[in-house]
Amino acid sequence: MALGKEQIAKRIAKEVKDGYFVNLGIGIPTLVANYVRHDISVEFQSENGVLGMGPFPFEGEEDADVINAGKQTITTLPGASFFDSATSFGMIRAQKVDLTILGAMEVSENGDIANWKIPGKMVKGMGGAMDLVASAENIIVAMMHVNKAGESKLLKRCSLPLTGVGCVKKVVTELAVLEIVPEGFKLLERAPGVTVEDIKNATEGNLIIEGDIPEMIID
Amino acid sequence: MINKKVQNVEQALHDIKDGMTIMLGGFGLCGIPENCITELVNKGTTDLTCISNNAGVDDFGLGLLLHKRQIKKMISSYVGENAEFERQMLSGELEVELTPQGTLAEKCRAAQAGIPAFYTPAGYGTEVAEGKEAREFNGKMHIMEEAYKADAAIVKAWKGDEAGNLIFKGTARNFNACMAGAAKITIAEVEELVPVGTLDPNQIHIPGIFVQRIFQGEKYEKRIEQRTVRQRS
Repeated sequence: MALGKEQIAKRIAKEVKDGYFVNLGIGIPTLVANYVRHDISVEFQSENGVLGMGPFPFEGEEDADVINAGKQTITTLPGASFFDSATSFGMIRAQKVDLTILGAMEVSENGDIANWKIPGKMVKGMGGAMDLVASAENIIVAMMHVNKAGESKLLKRCSLPLTGVGCVKKVVTELAVLEIVPEGFKLLERAPGVTVEDIKNATEGNLIIEGDIPEMIID
Repeated sequence: MINKKVQNVEQALHDIKDGMTIMLGGFGLCGIPENCITELVNKGTTDLTCISNNAGVDDFGLGLLLHKRQIKKMISSYVGENAEFERQMLSGELEVELTPQGTLAEKCRAAQAGIPAFYTPAGYGTEVAEGKEAREFNGKMHIMEEAYKADAAIVKAWKGDEAGNLIFKGTARNFNACMAGAAKITIAEVEELVPVGTLDPNQIHIPGIFVQRIFQGEKYEKRIEQRTVRQRS
């Protein structure tokens, strides 16, 4: 069974380690915060200028002046701080943020990512994605393995305008967990019930399969 | 103390003219200079080049200026959530320069800090890098980006005093703090304008030297773009 969005978020949450500062992108990445273990210390950074983000506010307690990068109302946790946009991207470029989790439209076998523009159709802009992927050491992409037409989004070369080059380290999709190594997409885990053959068929880029591929454990 | 106070938004924006390049603070609809935007709509100032992270929504923020075709060019990082913007961009009526958000912030900060240009890795290898100098530092490729040159910066703060000192609240600090002092003149609108001596100098986010005019905004709607709440269990 291919994973749902919540399950992808659950799997990615296992990558969040004690002491990490984490930046979450819009979409599936935002859901990751819900599944991070409670016995570790993690601080979420949002690039519009907050560190120490908490859960969404209770109804009636929303503050228009306290939002995340997705423009959603948020709360802050004890120890939180606010800062301006230049400071925020300063901490991103200077690699103070340990883990960046973001979505993608395409990823290539050498770690290129495209997620901001479909020429002639959609131009919303890159927001902070180009800064994040150019600077972060540890980038995990949460994405669908194939598009609605069933075509692979894990490619030899991205067809869409790039957001960054050679930067993605790990990809978690509805089918698999893959690491980007010099030779291509190395298959680490498969979703429960999904076969290696299924993943091969859904991956256009070079897929590296070594030994038995374990099933993901999602609790 | 040099008094920066002006009586109202009309006085604050009296010399903003057609064809100017203007920085406007805010992220999404958070911390935008609402009163100044309304005044620009009322004044009918046109052919504007606006440097702002976002372009508002259809009926609020910079969307109001777009709707009246007062903006010639937008320099932003993210322009989703605005159908009129998309229409004008795709039809070629509106010129658009998309810039990575951190680069946009730093181009403001550089202008504020008197630095003409800087290198950043953001956008290297993408279309953002086209026509820009690329250079390797510490084994990594960077592109050169230049500071913005703007006629005016229009920012919004939570509190301010007559000396132009500003204090922001929450994530409304965003680009407001980077743009203050980054243009030939800076105009600040605040929710609460207090007499000098009221604000604690230790708590000032932006010193008054960066601000030439300050006034208390008449009305703040502070619209929320994505009201997101959790259930009480």
